[in-house]
Amino acid sequence: MPEKHIVLRNCGVINPEDLTSYTARGGFQALKKALSIGPEQIIKEIKESGLRGRGGAGFPCGLKWEFTRNTKEQSKYLICNADEGEVGTFKDHFILENDPFSLIEGIAIASYAIGVKKSYIYLRGEYHNLSGRLQNAINQAKENKFLTHVNIEIREGAGAYVCGEESALMDSIEGKRGEARFKPPFPTDKGLWQKPTVINNVETLMNIPQIILNGAAWFNQIGTERSKGTKVFSVSGDVACPGVYELILGSSLKELLINISQSDNIKVVQIGGATGRLVPGTAIDTPLSFESVLGAGSITVFNETRNIMDIVYHTMEFLAEESCGKCTPCREGTEVMKLIIDKFRCGNGTQHDMQLLTELSSAMSLASLCGLGQAAPNVITDSMQYFRDVYESLIPANLRGVKA
Amino acid sequence: MRNGFGISMNKSEETISISNNNGENLLVLLEEEQRKSGYLSQEFITALAQSLDTPVSEIYGVISFYSFLSNKLQGRNIIRICKNLPCFLKNSELIIKCITQELGIKPGQTTPDGRFTLVLTNCIGACDKAPAMMINNDIYGDLTPQKITKILESYK
Ligand SMILES: Cc1cc2nc3c(=O)[nH]c(=O)nc-3n(C[C@H](O)[C@H](O)[C@H](O)COP(=O)(O)O)c2cc1C
Ligand code: SF4
Ligand code: FES
Repeated sequence: MPEKHIVLRNCGVINPEDLTSYTARGGFQALKKALSIGPEQIIKEIKESGLRGRGGAGFPCGLKWEFTRNTKEQSKYLICNADEGEVGTFKDHFILENDPFSLIEGIAIASYAIGVKKSYIYLRGEYHNLSGRLQNAINQAKENKFLTHVNIEIREGAGAYVCGEESALMDSIEGKRGEARFKPPFPTDKGLWQKPTVINNVETLMNIPQIILNGAAWFNQIGTERSKGTKVFSVSGDVACPGVYELILGSSLKELLINISQSDNIKVVQIGGATGRLVPGTAIDTPLSFESVLGAGSITVFNETRNIMDIVYHTMEFLAEESCGKCTPCREGTEVMKLIIDKFRCGNGTQHDMQLLTELSSAMSLASLCGLGQAAPNVITDSMQYFRDVYESLIPANLRGVKA
Repeated sequence: MRNGFGISMNKSEETISISNNNGENLLVLLEEEQRKSGYLSQEFITALAQSLDTPVSEIYGVISFYSFLSNKLQGRNIIRICKNLPCFLKNSELIIKCITQELGIKPGQTTPDGRFTLVLTNCIGACDKAPAMMINNDIYGDLTPQKITKILESYK
């Protein structure tokens, strides 16, 4: 399946500093239509479109909006998640840099549909240089009376990956340490300042104006049965053409990596960053979809010359560092995993270590409080599945076959 | 009702809806001071604790959580070199070595003249231009040892 630009349709085409170049391409027509059809109809369209969250978890977008809209609370919030801290992800940066207006229009429509008067854009601190452009887009939209129903405020992060997790993000906006919260209650019920809150990724919101303009049926026929529309991918690592590409959901990894970004001799691909999955080069026909693998769309390619243990070690080092430390399985588990992998890296692994890794993995994915700890073992289990021989070769010969 | 840093939740919600950065959000206040002064001094923290009627430990808790906040004096320019996999694949270790040699400091340290602080960081969203680093708010990608000297020269 080919490349298709829904989210990126204006990137490189409009002048991101000038609203008139956006309106010249139909900008804010979707908002106009949305205001005329009313909140219920908007939510119905989004639900029928099949749009799922693009921030990693893939939750149905319209459903989330409906939950929050239907609460009795008067004050509610919408947060656009622009924290983009996942390793290998830079698509939201590209979007914000090239088309801030579509995002503002998406937020304006979502706010109206959910009944929100105050929205936040949580921008990672590393993207501070984009906040001026984003603020400019908000100001111009305001001057042109597109934001009479909602106030949009930018909040900046301060260098903490876990703040991309929705509940940690809300604590961060409240000015606290960004630690994940126990769920339930879910944000749609008790979120920011304990009020009902919808959190959506940048890319999710970018889809909204196009769905409203072209209709749910148009969107619904793009993609696979459970993955509608397109996905924006950030491709990095051992490829000739790294960059940001938008493909119809269900396209194969081969299409993206061989045809588009031109890589060869692929040993393994990490999809979804540090909390994502490993796909061996032999499975290059794997489709990119929610049914298969996706994450937030980061794709890092490793060629045949790369060392598996380096990949696992660096991933675990990142997770151990970024664990917020609130719950024990993740705080301790990521550290222990890192140390064990380092032993293997130095050729000092044991059978017992392999067993320990397996046990820790299941404990962490079951008992961790948030997605970081739950997904942290992915890189261990995947590498042990596809590269078991590598682990075994890193156990000193005299210890091989010794049962734990 | 008191929230984490001692202001009434209802009040903060109200003021936040009225004005931007209303001056009562602890993280926003710390970020502003960090940007202005380059670090968060003991005096600032004590004064803030008093004005917000919140324990100093609470404030330290927030500062220690966020890697961009520091209660230690920092260099005038902060270099953050990315050490994650996409950059590692493109020889970030060589860049780290090259900068430590050029500046004569290790990651985590500040040059004696206060010009640079060097830290290693996690992905800064420039992996397509790996290896990458930030100096203050600017991102530099496709780094080579040859480029380093020139880039560093432009920071006083
Ligand atoms: C550790 C961790 C980090 C996350 N980082 C991000 C992020 O940077 N951006 C994002 O949109 N979602 C991130 N998420 C997912 C969010 O928790 C949440 O599911 C998402 O923002 C919801 O928006 P969506 O439904 O539009 O995808 C992260 C989740 C976890 C567990
Ligand atoms: S799983 Fe990890 S990041 Fe999430 S709350 Fe527990 S310690 Fe924090
Ligand atoms: S890994 Fe270095 S910028 Fe993303």
